[in-house]
Amino acid sequence: MTSKISTHKRFTSICFVIFALFFSLSFNLKASEPIESSGDEAVLSQGHATSHTEEDPNKPVDIASIAFEHILDSHSWHLFGDHEDAVSMPLPVILKTDNGIVTFMSSAFHHDTHGTHVAEINGQRFVNFKETIYLASDFPNEHGQYLNIQKDEKGEETITNVAPLDFSITKNATQLFLSALVLILLFTSVAKAYKKTGVTTAPKGKQSFLEPLIVFVRDDLAKGNIGEKGEKFTPYLLTVFFIILINNVLGLIPISANLTGNIAFTLVLSVFTLLLTVFNGNKNYWGHIFTPHAPKALWIILIPIEIIGVFTKPFALMIRLFANISAGHIIIISLVGLIFMFKSLLISPIAVGFALFIDVLEVLVAVLQAYIFTLLTALFIGSAVADHNEDGQHDSADEKLVGEHH
Amino acid sequence: MVGSISVVGAGLAVIGAGIGIGQIGGHAMDAIARQPEASGKITTTMLIAAALVEGVALFGVVVALIK
Repeated sequence: MTSKISTHKRFTSICFVIFALFFSLSFNLKASEPIESSGDEAVLSQGHATSHTEEDPNKPVDIASIAFEHILDSHSWHLFGDHEDAVSMPLPVILKTDNGIVTFMSSAFHHDTHGTHVAEINGQRFVNFKETIYLASDFPNEHGQYLNIQKDEKGEETITNVAPLDFSITKNATQLFLSALVLILLFTSVAKAYKKTGVTTAPKGKQSFLEPLIVFVRDDLAKGNIGEKGEKFTPYLLTVFFIILINNVLGLIPISANLTGNIAFTLVLSVFTLLLTVFNGNKNYWGHIFTPHAPKALWIILIPIEIIGVFTKPFALMIRLFANISAGHIIIISLVGLIFMFKSLLISPIAVGFALFIDVLEVLVAVLQAYIFTLLTALFIGSAVADHNEDGQHDSADEKLVGEHH
Repeated sequence: MVGSISVVGAGLAVIGAGIGIGQIGGHAMDAIARQPEASGKITTTMLIAAALVEGVALFGVVVALIK
């Protein structure tokens, strides 16, 4: 009974913190507007340079750029506030320049992402332009940027400054470390509980939440799609399922990073799937690709298609997770952004209502996408390791196993 | 101009996915109504098919977003 009350209290306090963050965020967004409309607008806009030069109160808010800013990676963990008044957590920047490795904290840029603030470290000068770090030019250009930007006849801008190799611990990398830490703590504590009591008693606490999920991934996804060899791939499938699930859910919390909506992250996961299918593929799998069951005249078309198919499957996995999560985040931001576009409080019940609806829907999507990614990975591995007879039928043993699980 | 036309492209991609997922969902409902005992298997298959259709739509949307 007491534990119930304490969890309830904890939940209420978490809710309170989240709401407080929401309000502080909206307050800061609102507070920034009168400053921009005040008399020293010219001075302000000069400081912001390029994309912020034409800031005037009647200009519609560019929700698209705000939305993209939120879903992209950055060198500092932005909490709230705009431009120079922003409150953010500095993160380490690690650069490999010609003079060796340079490390410093991202606070050296003073929230600047327009290339106007030079960070001088060990005699080397850097600027941050749209979250890419360049070596600074000696003199600023007409917009106050320490960059050499050249426009070609089509109006496309190219930056001629050298960009050193960037190994920074960015916002997404920090989020990955955080989620990995959470998963390690969670699963080692649960594993310890099993070591202590074995599987003789009913699951307790965290166990009772995780056990059904683990059993579901093992029985329905791994064994259901791969067959008896599924046991071998269960640890990998569990890892994929839980890392995607926790990052999808963490990504929904305001101020957190959008890790599963980052294409580099999903690329790595899908490359793992590709490697697993390629290295575990048996002779049946490769036989289907290089000697399809079709007239020989068709092989010239079928073989290239099958080879492309090997790569499009993980490619689709990559795009699916990335696009689903990014799209969800963009929709939520756009709905909240309606308030600022219409500049009216009357629209806020509708906007907040829809945003809440989509947010709840995104919780479903978070679980569903983790499930789909794991399911399809298991299916692809299953197709690579499945035993087939000459006529392409499943073994009787295989058939029996599939029958058992459905 | 390119931007505005690409938005039309994204819209077209969504129409296709809408028809596709609608068909899948509708037929899955039909199937479950006929054989409620197979609902688990039908749901799994439905989700796979829906994910594949959605994947194609998202390709369209991503291409539209990129340019």
